[in-house]
Amino acid sequence: MIVEIIILSVLMLAALWTVMTRSILRSAIGLAFVSVMLTYIMFRLSSPIAAVFELSVCTGLISVVFISTITLTFPLSKEEVLQHMKERLSRFWYLPLILILVGLAFSLAQVKLNLTLPPPEVEQDVRNVLWKLRPFDLAGQVIMLLTGVYGVLILFRQVRKK
Amino acid sequence: MLSLFIILPLLSLMVINLLPKELMKKIGTLMSLILPLAQMLVVVFIFLGILDIRPGPADHFFKFNLAIDNISLVMLFSIAIVILVTLLVERHLIPDADERFNFLNLVLITFTGMNGIVLVQDLFSLYVFLEITTVATFILISFHKKRDALEGAFKYIILSALATVGILSSIALIFLISGDTSFAVVHQALQNSRHAFLIDFALAIFLGSLFIKGGLVPFHGWLADAYSSAGRAISILLAGIVTKTLGVYTLIRLVSSVFGFDTEVKGVLMFIGALSIIIGAFAALGQHDFKRLLAYSSISQVGYIILSLGCGTPLGIAAAVFHLFNHAIFKSLLFVNSAALELQTGTRHMDKMGGLAQKMPITGVTSLLASLSTAGMPPLSGFWSKLLIVMALWFSGHFAYAIIAVLASVLTLGYMLSLQNRVFFGKLRPELENVKEASFGLLFPMIILAGIIVGVGALFPFILNSLIFPIIIK
Repeated sequence: MIVEIIILSVLMLAALWTVMTRSILRSAIGLAFVSVMLTYIMFRLSSPIAAVFELSVCTGLISVVFISTITLTFPLSKEEVLQHMKERLSRFWYLPLILILVGLAFSLAQVKLNLTLPPPEVEQDVRNVLWKLRPFDLAGQVIMLLTGVYGVLILFRQVRKK
Repeated sequence: MLSLFIILPLLSLMVINLLPKELMKKIGTLMSLILPLAQMLVVVFIFLGILDIRPGPADHFFKFNLAIDNISLVMLFSIAIVILVTLLVERHLIPDADERFNFLNLVLITFTGMNGIVLVQDLFSLYVFLEITTVATFILISFHKKRDALEGAFKYIILSALATVGILSSIALIFLISGDTSFAVVHQALQNSRHAFLIDFALAIFLGSLFIKGGLVPFHGWLADAYSSAGRAISILLAGIVTKTLGVYTLIRLVSSVFGFDTEVKGVLMFIGALSIIIGAFAALGQHDFKRLLAYSSISQVGYIILSLGCGTPLGIAAAVFHLFNHAIFKSLLFVNSAALELQTGTRHMDKMGGLAQKMPITGVTSLLASLSTAGMPPLSGFWSKLLIVMALWFSGHFAYAIIAVLASVLTLGYMLSLQNRVFFGKLRPELENVKEASFGLLFPMIILAGIIVGVGALFPFILNSLIFPIIIK
């Protein structure tokens, strides 16, 4: 239990860093780190298929989209970054406060959802799931990813040219 | 056979990207026009029973879990019409050949995604196709890379990401209960499960997420910005069919075929529907920008669809589907009108227009027809669907909601007539003296869509017998 809490805390901090960091490269690294933590949690929760998917898609393929974006764009100047960070902090100062308050409310109310259910009987072999049971979804996810890459190319290639 | 609805747009996408790009920039759109036309024909043939829909080799290979019924047929037909109109006007609204080529690719991806949403019979596959369409839509909104378009796309991304998390969490919970994600198994499992709290929780998240995707009040924050800031051709696609397929059709399909109508679901749907009708109509009344007015009008009209669905009766579902079709047609027409006006006058601000019916008579007449149909004036198509909605509400004992629906129609008439008055009637402003009617490329789709509005209104008895009654009986 303590291990899970530590991993979840690290995951949340990494996620926060991913969103708040000023560099898109650090953001990509942060996202990959979040994915690794998530993969480990899924593996500990006996969901190896979900863990493999998380690792392959988020850490692997999404990084490709990030790298394409980094290649095709220019970083902001130092002055612009500072200005941007100041504005962001002044606009969203209340977000961490809300998070803490919600956490406190849940702890004080001692909410017990009692959602324990027997795990569904599902195929455990990743090969069977991907190629025999859900090839249609796999094709769909490939289309989704290609659409993302295509979007990056359309939106950022001309910026780079300019 | 059904898998062709998904495979063919994808194949076209591959073909236009594999053949020489310079050639495809010239004839790609023309080639792609065949797709929506063929889809319309195939839908009509299936509807008439001329064409067989037995599973083919592709269905077996990909293990496609697809099915079709009258609701799907109406949606496939609506998707094909709006895609056809978008491709017809594309050449006139996007002058740059490179941009046009990119736009065509994205339209084909959206086409694939929407057809997938309509045909799949599995929750996870539905999620995959929802995301394909959503990702293509983000790119389409920010396509021209203008500041307000990027802001609109960003709002859409953030809210849509929330909806995505909600849908995925809900599917995970449902999978936990049912052990499967196919519609039939989930439906059975939800009926027999003892985990009432968990089911209600999953349902609440799913419905909330679809309300975001459909732009319903109070999750409508992104819609007006996205519709108004997107490019002209993109707005037609977005307002005409994309959000209706992503949010509204999915809601109709899941509630009527998977989740079922219990008292809470009906209550939530009707409340959100009524709220959207009223807030959308009042917000539309205060607008000065043509496209923003149409965006708020969309929220209000989608409210009618959800209100009707909330009746939970077969008549309510049939009326919702019929209004969804009508809305796709008249809203697409109004957005084509808006594109033509912006192109010819250089503005979308209605207070800077006036008396344009003299200069743009066809745009004026078609816009008037679409406006009156939106307001539910007889004998146009919108009148019949609104009449069915009010009847469904009245017969199911929801008298207060029926009265709200009727009174809101008066509001709709108010803002639509105000639009007509400010743009097309009155004295022509001196600076608009040199304005000319839109080109034939824009007028042609306007005439087709206006013809459908009048035709559906005139042929309503036939449509009632052949399309609406079968939905009710099923």
